[in-house]
Amino acid sequence: MLEDLQARVNANTALVRRGRWVSLTFLFGADDEDYLIEIDKGQVLAVAPRRLPTEVGIFSIRAAHATWMEHWQRFPRRDYHDIWSMLPKDLARLDGDLLPLIQNLQYFKEVIASPRDQGAQ
Amino acid sequence: MPAFEPIVGRYFTMEVAGKPCRIYAEEAGQGIPLVCLHTAGSDARQFRHLLCDPKVTEQYRVIAFDLPWHGKSNPPPGFREHEYKLTTDLYKEIVMSFCAAYELNSPVVMGCSMGGRVVLHLALEQASYFRAVIALEGADKLEPYYGLDWLHRPDVHGGEVASAFVSAQVAPQSPDEFRWETLWHYMQGGPGIFKGDLHFYWHDGDFDERSPLIDTKQCPVYLLSGEYDSSCTPERTQATAARIRGSSATIMAGMGHFPMSENPKLFATYIQPVLHEIAAA
Repeated sequence: MLEDLQARVNANTALVRRGRWVSLTFLFGADDEDYLIEIDKGQVLAVAPRRLPTEVGIFSIRAAHATWMEHWQRFPRRDYHDIWSMLPKDLARLDGDLLPLIQNLQYFKEVIASPRDQGAQ
Repeated sequence: MPAFEPIVGRYFTMEVAGKPCRIYAEEAGQGIPLVCLHTAGSDARQFRHLLCDPKVTEQYRVIAFDLPWHGKSNPPPGFREHEYKLTTDLYKEIVMSFCAAYELNSPVVMGCSMGGRVVLHLALEQASYFRAVIALEGADKLEPYYGLDWLHRPDVHGGEVASAFVSAQVAPQSPDEFRWETLWHYMQGGPGIFKGDLHFYWHDGDFDERSPLIDTKQCPVYLLSGEYDSSCTPERTQATAARIRGSSATIMAGMGHFPMSENPKLFATYIQPVLHEIAAA
């Protein structure tokens, strides 16, 4: 479900520039599937399914598969349109060390929303 | 000469909590005074489109001011000695002092978000003074959903995080130009000011137990909230309207938490009928 995320982020030079202080791996969850997204200086180096219980990200963000599909619609329904609108409705869950997420929140919002303009698959 | 906008901005000094405070205010138009109150952590630039709308300014003297600590209004002298926390009493005092300084006669007061909350307090306590109140994105009670300490700490940029938090509150349909202008205001707020405003908006300003006491025959109440507002949701707006007998509630489709600045053309279609109705009453 994240096939194009790496290419879309890395092709967005303004987004990569805004994330130039970000070098870490975070976990993205959809239903029971976990993915590790590795970032170096704002560029996405890898998006890979989690294989081992010892593979973790510094923070994680999880939601239902259907929630992400709605999030990636061009005009999502209300509550699904932004991570920070999903939280108060319990549509998404954050765990781990949130400091790097909060320090670069707009960057991460746009990375996670980057599949949006292709719409739900 | 450039094509000037009709807005005129001026400074004056008024007392805030017993101390002189330099205030910045903008206005345009003539007629019924319409005092506009900006959202938490922002400033009166949010109302620039309303101030330039001739369909409004031909009937209303639109006045928007920066609250102390916000925009081009100063904090009171000695502000560094105290943590900024907006309280219900201080907020009401500021609005009433402003109206008194301007010698306004029977004004309409319109506030957004925390401004939409305080106008409900004013509808109850100053019903004989205000011609009507308009609460944009203004419910009488909210539920916090993130920790306020993130907004003011040395390892997080306060402007960036304030903007990133509230970017969720702009509707996806709103024009990019105005989305980012709205967020720019948040990026420019003083350190800890958005956090201090949310003290009122999320904690000190709850009003749900008293909102049924508002007499809308004496002071009409209009509630308008955006479909995509994640804090003052359509449901909370409807619940507030149900508690205020005789109030009018409108849910603005395709709109977020900042109607006057995120999508001014769409907002005009909602606010103009309300202003015409108040003027005709």
